[in-house]
Amino acid sequence: MPAFDKKDKSRYATFSRRALLVSGGMTAVFGILAGRLYQLQIVEGDLYKTRAEDNRINDRLLAPPRGRIIDRFGVVLASNRRNYRALLVPEQTQGGVAKTLDALAGIIQISDDDRARILKDAAQKRSFVAITVAENLSWEDFSRLSLDLLYLAGVQPDVGETRDYPFGSEFSHVLGYVASVNLEDLRSDADPLLGLPGFKIGKRGIEKILEKEIRGRAGVSRVEVNVHGRVIRELARNPSTPGEDVYLTIDRELQQFACEHLKDQSAACAVMDVETGDVLALASTPGFDPNAFNTGLSSVAWNALLEDDYTPLLNKTVSGTYFPGSTFKPVMAIAALDTGTIEPDFAVTCTGQITLGGRDFHCWKKGGHGRLDLAGALQHSCDVYFYTVALRLGIDKIETYAKRLGLGALTGIELPGEKPGLVPSPAWKQATFGRPWQQGETLNTAIGQGDLKVTPLQLCTVTARLASGKLVSPHIVHAIGGSLKSGTVAPSLGISEDVLAAVRSGMEAVTNQPGGTAYSWRITEPGFEMAGKTGTAQVRDISKQERAGGVRSNESLAWKLRDHGLFIAYAPVSKPRYACAVVIEHGAEAAHPQVQLARDVLLQAQQRDLANRPLAFPVRAASLSPQNSAETQ
Amino acid sequence: MNTRTYTGHRLYSLRDKLAEINWGFGLLVTMIASVGFAVLYSAAGGHFEPWADHQMVRFVIGLFILIAVACIDIRVWMAVAYPSYAVALLLLVAVEVAGRVGLGAQRWIELGPLALQPSELMKITMVLALARYLHGLGPDEISRPLKLLIALGWIVVPVALVLMEPNLGTASLLAVCGLCLLFLAGLSWYWIVPALVAVAVAIPTTWEFLLHDYQKQRVLTFLNPASDLLGAGWNITQAKIALGSGGAFGKGFLMGTQSRLNFLPEKETDFIFTVLGEEFGFMGSLALLALFATVLYYGIRIALSSRSHFGRILATGITINFFLYIMINGAMVMGLIPVVGIPMPLVSYGGTAMITVMFGFGLLMSVHVHRQVEVPRHASGMI
Repeated sequence: MPAFDKKDKSRYATFSRRALLVSGGMTAVFGILAGRLYQLQIVEGDLYKTRAEDNRINDRLLAPPRGRIIDRFGVVLASNRRNYRALLVPEQTQGGVAKTLDALAGIIQISDDDRARILKDAAQKRSFVAITVAENLSWEDFSRLSLDLLYLAGVQPDVGETRDYPFGSEFSHVLGYVASVNLEDLRSDADPLLGLPGFKIGKRGIEKILEKEIRGRAGVSRVEVNVHGRVIRELARNPSTPGEDVYLTIDRELQQFACEHLKDQSAACAVMDVETGDVLALASTPGFDPNAFNTGLSSVAWNALLEDDYTPLLNKTVSGTYFPGSTFKPVMAIAALDTGTIEPDFAVTCTGQITLGGRDFHCWKKGGHGRLDLAGALQHSCDVYFYTVALRLGIDKIETYAKRLGLGALTGIELPGEKPGLVPSPAWKQATFGRPWQQGETLNTAIGQGDLKVTPLQLCTVTARLASGKLVSPHIVHAIGGSLKSGTVAPSLGISEDVLAAVRSGMEAVTNQPGGTAYSWRITEPGFEMAGKTGTAQVRDISKQERAGGVRSNESLAWKLRDHGLFIAYAPVSKPRYACAVVIEHGAEAAHPQVQLARDVLLQAQQRDLANRPLAFPVRAASLSPQNSAETQ
Repeated sequence: MNTRTYTGHRLYSLRDKLAEINWGFGLLVTMIASVGFAVLYSAAGGHFEPWADHQMVRFVIGLFILIAVACIDIRVWMAVAYPSYAVALLLLVAVEVAGRVGLGAQRWIELGPLALQPSELMKITMVLALARYLHGLGPDEISRPLKLLIALGWIVVPVALVLMEPNLGTASLLAVCGLCLLFLAGLSWYWIVPALVAVAVAIPTTWEFLLHDYQKQRVLTFLNPASDLLGAGWNITQAKIALGSGGAFGKGFLMGTQSRLNFLPEKETDFIFTVLGEEFGFMGSLALLALFATVLYYGIRIALSSRSHFGRILATGITINFFLYIMINGAMVMGLIPVVGIPMPLVSYGGTAMITVMFGFGLLMSVHVHRQVEVPRHASGMI
C-alpha cells in the first residue's frame, strides 16, 4: 500500500477503483480490435486472399507466330519478318522525352507527325510504358541506333514480328493481307488475342479464310504487377502455339508469269490441274501491295485502291462475274450431244442471222459462215449454229448442263468472296422479274450473253471437266499443318467419252486448224498443243444503225465500253492435264492477248511438268524448317 | 521489491536509480520497437534503407532519453510541469500565428535539424500539468465547480489550439486523455453522468435540428478530411485486403504482396500494422497487441505503486496516451473508423512520435524509480 497520508488514502482508493475501470475499458477496446482482426483474417481471410491475388496477378497474352503460307514446291509466300523497332521508355530518359527525340532524330528519321504522336503518348501513358518511336527500321539504322544507345537513355531497340509477303502484289488476291482488328472482328471472334494492341488478323484471301489455322493459339504469361501495373516478375509461362503452315497448290513461278503478262490489264487468269483440281495459278490484276497494310495504309492510298477502274482490290478470278460469251459454246455442244438433240455431224447453214419472233439474231460474222458441222461451228464460233441448237435444246437442258459443268454455283475454292455467277432459267426469271421466259433469251444464253454470268475460275472448272471427263473441283489449299487437304480422286462427270471427244475435237480445231479463231496463237511445240475456245463478252448494246453501218472496232471505243476478251483452253490435246481460263476486261483486241497468255501459261506448265513434279508437302515437309525457309525463297 | 522508504528532499544516487529502472519494461519496449524494425525492413523490400536504419537510430536515442528522464526526480518533473506547459502553449500559439501570417499551415517549428511539433509536446506537458494540479487537490475537491473549471481549462485551452491547426486527431487524443485523468482523480459521478447524458442528447439534436445541410457537410468533412479525396476508400480497402489476406499465420516475412507491390498506402507510417498483419497473420497481429497490452499493464501497475498522486496521474496519463494511439491507429487500419493521421506507437516510421513516446515512457519509468518518494501536497519551494 503506497498511500501517504489519510487524505491521500481515500484519494488512492478512488484512483485505484477507477484505474481498474479504465483498465477494463482498455481491455474491452483490445477485445474489439482482436475480434475485428479475427473477422478480417480468419473469417473473411479467404475472400481477402483472393482479392490480394487479383491485385497482384495479371495474365498477359503471348501472341503466337503466324503460320507461313508456302507454294506447292516449298517457296514461302507469306512469312514473318523481323521488325526492327525503336522503343522509348519515358521514365528512363534523361532530360525528358523531347530532348531524347531530338537526339534520336540525328540517327533515324522522325517525322513531325510521329513526334507529335510520341509526345502525346508519353503524356498520356504511364511513364514506364514503352512507346514505339519507329518501326521497320533498316538494318543500318538499327545498328547505328544500337551503337549510340549509351547516349540515348530510355531508348530501347526491339525486334518484333511483321507479316512479310516477298512477292508483293502478285499474290495479293490469293494470300490477302493482315491488318489491325476492327470492331466487327471483335464482335464475331471471341479470341482474346484480338484485344492485344497491334495484333493483326487476316483480312482477305487465304489469310482470312484460314485465319483460325494460321493464327495459332495464345500463350499466357502470368506476371506479378505492382500497384502501378508495372511487371515485377513472371510467375508462370504457358507458351503460345504457333499457327499452322499452309501449303498451297499454287506454283509461284506460274503465278508470277501470269501476273507479269497481265500487269497492265484488268484481267484474271486461272490455271488448274484437270485431274486433281489443284489450282496452279490464280492471277488477278492489278493487285495491291499486301505489305502496305501491315504498317497501316493511308486513307489516300486506300481510296486510290477503291476508286481505281481496274478494281485492284477485287479478286477477279473468283469474285468477278462476266458474260462467258462464246466460251459457253462447248457447254452448249455437250448438252446438245449428250441429250441426243444433235449428232456431231449435225450441220447448219449460217447466213449471218436468224429471225425469231420478228427479231433478228445476228452472227458475229456479217454475211455468215455458210454450212458448218459442230466442229466447224466451234472452230469458227458460229452464233447461228448455236442459236439453232439452242432452239432444239431448250433452256431447261442448257441450264442443267451448265450447272453440271460447274456454272451457276460456288466452286467451293478456299477463298473468301467467291461469287456463284448465274445460269438463268424460266423459274429464275419468274421469281426475279415476275415475267415469263422469252425464247429470245434462250438464244442469248446460247452464245453466253443475256443473263448468264460466270467467274473465270468457273470457266476454268468447266474446261477442266470437259478435258478430263471428271467432276473435278478447284481447290487451292494443299495441306494445313500436318494434314493433307487435297488428293481426293474426282468421280466421273457422267458424260460419255464420245460426246466429250466430239467437243474436244471442235476445240482443237479452234487452235490448230487454219481458220480457227485462235489458230494464230496456237502452241507449235510438238506434244504440247492446246485446244481452246475464244469468247468475246459484249458489254454494250449494239444498235441497229451501228450494225447496219458496220460494228465499230473495239479499239475505237472508250476503254469501259470495249468488249471483254475471254479464252478457255486445255493442254496437251493428246492427254489433257492443264486447264486455263483467261478474262481480260475490255481487252477483246485483234491480237487476242488472252489467247497469247493462255498459250504461254499452258506451255510453261507443261514444260515445267508441274503436275508430275514432287510436291513440297508431305515429302519434303520435314526439311522445311523456318531457318532454311529464307533459302527457298 | 525494494521496501526502503525515501523521505524528504533526499535524492538517491544515479547508480541506485539505474538499478531501480524496470529493465523488463525496457526489454518489452525494445521488443515492440524491434517488431517495428522488422516490418520496416520488410516494407522496404528487404532493405534497412530507407526506414529501418533511421528508426533504429531514433530508438537508441529514445532509449537514452528514456533512461535519462527516468533518472530525474519526479519532484523535478513536478516543478517543471507548469513552466513546460506554458512553453508548449506558447509554441502552439506561435505555430498558429505563423500559419496566420502566411507561412502556411505548419504544425511544427524548425529547430535546426529537428522539427518540433508543439502538439506532440503538449501531449506530455498537459499530462504533467494536470498531474501537478490534481496532486494539489484533496479528495473530492475536483468535484467543486471552480476547481473543476480550472482543471477543464488545462485541457480545453490546448485542445482548442490544436483543433485550430487543424489537427482533429491529436486534439481528440488530448481531450480524451485529459478527461480520463479527471475521472481517475475522482470526479464525482454527479458530474460525469449528466455530462454524458447531455452530450448524448446534444449531438443528435444539434445535428438533426440546428445544422443546415451545408454545415453538416462541413462537419463531416472536418471529421473525416480524407473522405472527399479520391482514393481514401481505396486506401482502407487495400489495408483490409492486406490484413485479411494474411489469414491465420500470414504470408511469411518479406512475402507480403500488398506491401511489396505498393498496394498499401503509407505502409511505413500509419498503415504499418497492415504490413505486419499480412506477413504474420492473425497470430502475429495478436502477438503485437499482446505486447502492447503488457505495456499498458505495466503502466497501470506503476501508477498503482506510486506513493505520490502526481506520480499516479502522470503514469496513467502516459499510459492512456499510449493506449489511445494504439486504439485509434488500430481501429483505423482495420476500417472501424475513418482515416485519421495517428501512427502506431513505436512501430510506425517517424522521429517525433518515437521521441515523444520514449520521453513519455521515461516519465513513466521516473514514476516507477521514484515510486516511494513522498511529494507534499503543496510543493512550493520543493527543490
